[in-house]
Amino acid sequence: MNSLKPMRFTAIPRTAILGFTILGLVLAVASTPRAFAQEAPDVGPKPPVVVKPMESHIGNITGHAADAKSDYRRYCAGCHGDYGDANGENAVWLDPKPRDFTIAAFKCRSTLTGTLPTDEDLYKTIGRGLTNSNMPIWNTFTKQQKADLVAYIKIFSPRWEHEKAGTPITVPAEPAVTIDSIAHGKALFTKLECWKCHGTHGEGDGPSASTLTDSKDNPIRPYNFATGGNDSRFKCGNTNQDIYKIFMTGVDGTPMPSFADVIQPNDAWDLVHFLRTLQVHRKSKENEVLSAAHGVIPPYVEKPTSNLAPATVPADNKSPGGGQ
Amino acid sequence: MRTKQMLPVLLTLLVCASIMCPSLMFAGTVSGKVTYTGTPVKPKQVDMTKEPSCAKEHATTPVLNETVVTGPNNALENVVVYVSSGAPDDGQVPSQAVTYTQKGCQYIPHVLPMHVNQELDIVNADQTSHNIHPLPKSNIEWNKSQPPGTPPIKEKYEKPEFISVKCNIHPWMHGWFVVLNTNHYDVSKGAGEFKLPNLPPGKYTITAWHEDYGTQTADVTITGNETKDVNFTFKAKAY
Repeated sequence: MNSLKPMRFTAIPRTAILGFTILGLVLAVASTPRAFAQEAPDVGPKPPVVVKPMESHIGNITGHAADAKSDYRRYCAGCHGDYGDANGENAVWLDPKPRDFTIAAFKCRSTLTGTLPTDEDLYKTIGRGLTNSNMPIWNTFTKQQKADLVAYIKIFSPRWEHEKAGTPITVPAEPAVTIDSIAHGKALFTKLECWKCHGTHGEGDGPSASTLTDSKDNPIRPYNFATGGNDSRFKCGNTNQDIYKIFMTGVDGTPMPSFADVIQPNDAWDLVHFLRTLQVHRKSKENEVLSAAHGVIPPYVEKPTSNLAPATVPADNKSPGGGQ
Repeated sequence: MRTKQMLPVLLTLLVCASIMCPSLMFAGTVSGKVTYTGTPVKPKQVDMTKEPSCAKEHATTPVLNETVVTGPNNALENVVVYVSSGAPDDGQVPSQAVTYTQKGCQYIPHVLPMHVNQELDIVNADQTSHNIHPLPKSNIEWNKSQPPGTPPIKEKYEKPEFISVKCNIHPWMHGWFVVLNTNHYDVSKGAGEFKLPNLPPGKYTITAWHEDYGTQTADVTITGNETKDVNFTFKAKAY
């Protein structure tokens, strides 16, 4: 048994050397720290989304938050975030930013500034989308799906638990469109200094326009009435009633304030008629009346009876905190 | 009853009164100065040419940015000094309102403390429209237009918070609502002095807040009618 031959290294097959080298490399790579990895370090599992049993009521449809969980995840969370805080993965590339549901301040309402919107306001916004933003027109959802999503949005802010939605403002019947109404609207546009942001022709180029920021300090532009063709729309709708509500309730979260306390309802309708004439490319009754007057808006003569008094809103419809 | 029997009764009443209503018996004061060390940034001049009706009001005296306002001998103004804990009468909402005025396209006062749920009256004393747009994070945000000659806007806030206030039309306008749980507050002025009177005996935490230089606290104990001297020194920022 002492005839052990010395080992000859050339006897180790090449495949074995190759195999061991590969194994060595794999072990080396697997054991290096993940600092070079593309992903952020693992901070542990995210807290689960608490789906409170919120409801919505639109017409005779009742929406339930629990039923919208998968729709929200599939269609909404990419921008609005899993926690409704506008931190969806797409949000960094979007301008304007998606709505942050945790604050419960919404642009398009029928209720006064600072109050919660009605379920119907939110329902309509989902279906209508927000023009000039990345919020699509969700006409692919059924009514029930939209109602469930409205209920789901309410889980993100505690305000929905103990605060009632504001009372919708009264939009009185629209008076006739006349050149006098348009002329008065123009006078109001000047007196209320809308032109400071919107510009004298409503093109979003007023003296204060360039410094505007929204409530999260992102730069924001005022609405340019001259944009768009025949179908030029506002973020919060495209009917005369929608325009009325926009400046009476303000666009919360943006520089656009509410004028509810400073415009009388009839004066408000005159302003709506004038604003329509700023949409120069849009076919409207107002633009017809203006062309019939050869495109000239006569100067408005202030009648003694009209003045800037607080608008008539329902008696129990207070702005937050007991305002007037 | 004879005097000998009256004496212990009187003594008991006196002791009870001083425990239950110490402010009837003893009330101290915390006062002092707020100063800064280092060199604050030189305040920039505010350009109001976009609002001629306001610019002409300041034709002779230039308007300076109010983020850091200093006084003689390193005094720091616009610091809100308040009792953050220990006051036995916290939570009492005063019946009178506080007023915030827009004048010369500035907010007067620059910093307005108020009690939670106290009425706040906002006045436009200018010839131009302003929109009053406070930006709270815990309280509710609203935004209202206020043309000249319209009545004061009445509001109130439900939660304590330091609320930044701005006007979107006039971007240089900036101010603060300081909503507190206490009525024991003062704002440092002039030579940086502040005064917190009517403090019953007890242990207090006094907090001083400046919008740029941060917050500081000091603990103080009042035993009787004395005036305790408490001073705050903030470190100026280079930019």
